[in-house]
Amino acid sequence: MLNLSLKELGALLAARKISSAELTRAFLDRIEALNPALNAFITVDPEKSLEQARHADARRAAGDAAPLTGIPIAHKDIFCAKGWRTTCGSKMLANFVAPYDAHVIERCTGAGLVSLGKTNMDEFAMGSSNETSYFGPVKNPWDPAAVPGGSSGGSAAAVAARLAPAATGTDTGGSIRQPAALCGISGIKPTYGVVSRYGMIAFASSLDQGGPMAKSAEDLALLLNAMAGFDERDSTSLRRPPEDYARALEAPLAGLTIGLPREYFAEGLSEDVGRAVEEAVAQYRRLGAKTVEVSLPNTRLSIAAYYVLAPAEASSNLSRYDGVRYGYRAPEYTDLADMYGRTRADGFGPEVKRRIMIGTYVLSHGYYDAYYLKAQKLRRLIARDFAEAFAQCDLLIGPTSPTVAFNQGEKSSDPVQMYLSDIYTIAVNLAGLPGMSIPVGFGKEGRPVGLQIVGNYFSEAKMLNCAHQFQRATDWHARVPAGIPAI
Amino acid sequence: MSLSHTDVKRIAQLARIAVSDAEVEGYLRQLEGIFGLIEEMQGVDTEGLSPMSHALDESLRMREDTVTAHDQRDLFQALAPQVEAGLYLVPKVIE
Repeated sequence: MLNLSLKELGALLAARKISSAELTRAFLDRIEALNPALNAFITVDPEKSLEQARHADARRAAGDAAPLTGIPIAHKDIFCAKGWRTTCGSKMLANFVAPYDAHVIERCTGAGLVSLGKTNMDEFAMGSSNETSYFGPVKNPWDPAAVPGGSSGGSAAAVAARLAPAATGTDTGGSIRQPAALCGISGIKPTYGVVSRYGMIAFASSLDQGGPMAKSAEDLALLLNAMAGFDERDSTSLRRPPEDYARALEAPLAGLTIGLPREYFAEGLSEDVGRAVEEAVAQYRRLGAKTVEVSLPNTRLSIAAYYVLAPAEASSNLSRYDGVRYGYRAPEYTDLADMYGRTRADGFGPEVKRRIMIGTYVLSHGYYDAYYLKAQKLRRLIARDFAEAFAQCDLLIGPTSPTVAFNQGEKSSDPVQMYLSDIYTIAVNLAGLPGMSIPVGFGKEGRPVGLQIVGNYFSEAKMLNCAHQFQRATDWHARVPAGIPAI
Repeated sequence: MSLSHTDVKRIAQLARIAVSDAEVEGYLRQLEGIFGLIEEMQGVDTEGLSPMSHALDESLRMREDTVTAHDQRDLFQALAPQVEAGLYLVPKVIE
């Protein structure tokens, strides 16, 4: 049952061969057995999960089931879920029980998905390794010495270890795609504005975007159907007619033109990742796609632009954590200013404090034009690169990350090295484009390699088609880490 | 770019993050490293480019000026560190 797709699980539920309560119990048992070693979940509440499962079963009995009704899902702990502790991986929110549901949670609940709990993540989604979580690092199920990637590392590890059939994630600079790649699973970040940010704890509002993480592209399509949609309460949510993201899955790839960005295959790409990606490119040619070399000349600048824009927006968004209305408050202080200072010094971890300080500096008096405005202009330049590339091809493919998963502790003392590992994912957020990652093999020490697929705005269905056709011809997505017991 | 200890303390003060004297040097080195990465963008010619704030250049929606939220004070204040009579309590500001 380990590798059943959402469609197959849905069929079992529809045929009453299994109830949602039984299915949910099976995954909760796995979480109980395997999570202590992986640390993929921050909060599990079996009673709440089983109550949702019984509700899903009742819904089915009443003839009111949707395609995903009764299927369990894990939620990144960045999504507010009413009555659930929602920590965002931070001491600041360690005791915060959300008083309302995020739009994504509402949509999942509406579809009948059952929450298995809240997954671990880098603190406030700031990190690429899950090591900045206040609740401790997540282990990569393929190798406990390796990081799972971040920031949605708990979600990625949970799906990779089959603790959940699927999970939600968010992606500001690669936080769905990079952990998906490092854990050997599939994940998609939709076009900015497709999934509502309401109730998703804010990091960098002009870049943050939620999306699904799962074993296969087909599963992602079904989940995106549930998660996407206009929401009045997110001021940047896009009002578009609903679409079926699974509609093009079975289309053949003959006639598809895939662009290979020269800069993604250049210096900095490790040899093992390069080899697996080249093999995937060859597979695409066998499937009938044509490949052309394209150029994204400003790729390198995306890191500089990102590390101005994201910290600037974070410093503003995180100013709300002041110890007054909710969250942590320092136990001792002399006056109001001292209360703010100590609350934020104790409540935030080092990476979050660094980014708030960078953001505060670049937005401070006299520096706005030199940093924030300049970075927004670079963003324009980067978006133009993609527009020119998409004049020559339908989709872009390349590596998701320059290396396979690095070791725990390897980069945690050097923020600059950590930031550079996001070189292939960040530009996609700056341009607001959809991007995804699928597993395409293994590199050194048997660690997974991810292939990134980037599409033009609103081309999610075509990207999922491209990924699904690859997954029909290969079995990388069905591989399970050694030592993960079956059910 | 070079920052001074005074700069780091000023940034921390603006960010309302208490930083001890012992921590200043560590922050200084890390922030300088990150600014080293950022400064690369200063050499790029961006003349004539308009800044991009929304990925799809959408402007914020307008909505009807109607009441959309209802009073949930008790629910929200249940989360607060210190409240009294429906008010959030903070240390005395005016002596």
